[in-house]
Amino acid sequence: MKKIEAIIRKTKFEDVKDALLHSDIDWFEYHNVHGIGQSREERIYRGVQYSTDVIERVALTIVCRDQFVDPTVKVILRVAHTGEIGDGRIFVSDMIDTWSIRTGENGDTVLRDKK
Amino acid sequence: MNEVGISLDTVWMLLAAMLVFWMQPGFALCEAGFTRSKNCANILMKNFVDFMFGSLLFFFIGFGIMFGSDILGGFIGLPNWGDLSFYEGDLPVEGFLIFETVFCATSATIVSGAMAERTKFSMYLVYSAFISLIIYPIEGHWTWGGGWLCNDAADSFMMTTFGDVFHDFAGSAIVHSVGGVLAFIGAIALGPRLGKYSKEGKSHAIPGHNLTLASLGVFILWLGWFGFNPGSQLAAAGEVNRIAISHVFLTTNLAAVAGGVATMFVTWMRYGKPSLSLTLNGILAGLVGITAGCDLVSPVGAVIIGLVCGVVLVFAIEFIDHKLHIDDPVGASSVHGVCGILGTLMTGLLSTSNGAFYGGGWGFFGAECFGILVIDLWAAACGLILFFGIKKLHGLRVDARIEEEGLDIYEHGESCYN
Repeated sequence: MKKIEAIIRKTKFEDVKDALLHSDIDWFEYHNVHGIGQSREERIYRGVQYSTDVIERVALTIVCRDQFVDPTVKVILRVAHTGEIGDGRIFVSDMIDTWSIRTGENGDTVLRDKK
Repeated sequence: MNEVGISLDTVWMLLAAMLVFWMQPGFALCEAGFTRSKNCANILMKNFVDFMFGSLLFFFIGFGIMFGSDILGGFIGLPNWGDLSFYEGDLPVEGFLIFETVFCATSATIVSGAMAERTKFSMYLVYSAFISLIIYPIEGHWTWGGGWLCNDAADSFMMTTFGDVFHDFAGSAIVHSVGGVLAFIGAIALGPRLGKYSKEGKSHAIPGHNLTLASLGVFILWLGWFGFNPGSQLAAAGEVNRIAISHVFLTTNLAAVAGGVATMFVTWMRYGKPSLSLTLNGILAGLVGITAGCDLVSPVGAVIIGLVCGVVLVFAIEFIDHKLHIDDPVGASSVHGVCGILGTLMTGLLSTSNGAFYGGGWGFFGAECFGILVIDLWAAACGLILFFGIKKLHGLRVDARIEEEGLDIYEHGESCYN
């Protein structure tokens, strides 16, 4: 059981969402996140130029069985890719346990198996 | 004048008054959009106060000071103390009062944007009463009230000196430049918002919270201007009037679009991108500029006035912000002050009947220069006494803590967004 966290471009969210639903992921969470990085965006307001280091991205959180980690990561790598700086990162970590609130079950069985 | 004719004139005047009244929400939205959400209720409240105080005080006293018979050697008219019977004219006095009231309120409401986000609300009330009671009606008496700047008797001061009287058809000078000059002085007296300038004197951007509101505000103002300028003909019946108001409609719109186009391209060249926030100002700059001479200039002249105002606007905003370090969050001093003066002067050059560029000699241009100088010196003197007087006696500005957390909660106890 693993947790996959991906930070992707806002513009790639729709594509990634569709791709994930077509693979074997039945549920994931996402948040709009603000990050601070080295790159800056130039802006102008009323003739005053200023730069903002706030970068807007979408963070996805997916918890799945071990065997789905590889295909899921591959889907995100393929679909969220543009080749420009700022495409994002994917983090994978171990998940100790999972519980279903409805049934009270825990462990791998809570998560979706192959179709 | 026949019955139908005077009725038509009255209806047109009242319709125009409605449109000019509609400029109040235009100003309110424009100023709200250009400032931060934590001060939104405050700026809306100020726009309401301008109209409420303006209507009451202009009705009781200001109307008489502006249009009453000369006292103090023509310096002011006789205050009417709520009595309208002194007025003699073809148009019904109640309707005429409403029409003049909305102009007074327009002049008053210009200042709120420049003083946004840091002024004590109670002290803003004092300012708002002063302009509706004293500043606007007195200079209005010198001009539209039939006073000395517009006295066309052969032996009058203006006719013997310039051979022409001061002309401001709908108020580039009388309404807008006065509001703009007061906005400028008010912003100086207040000082910049916290965080606007660094210690080294670098200007920081403080983006407004909603450019959608600001854009709607500018569209509303634009619509209102079709009452402001063509309505100032104060007549619609008969061939002369129907041609005149149509002409003014056209010149008003052409100057607005020329101003917006000029600003868009100037910002594109200077900053690399066409700026919405400045183009909105550019449209207003063109409208303010054409207001003085919308009846006298040709349609091409209107385009020229709009273009000049739209270009100058960008440099005026830059100069006031970057060089003078005066913080005017909405650009009121540039739009209404600088372009109001510019439009009045260009009327002296581009008037097809007596302008300098049309072979009318320099007399009329001289009258325009002199008139705008007198009016704006009056406004500046009043502004200096008023704003620095308040600052000395009571303080004009809220505490730093209130400014940081927003005027809405501390000054009004409610916020716009919940």
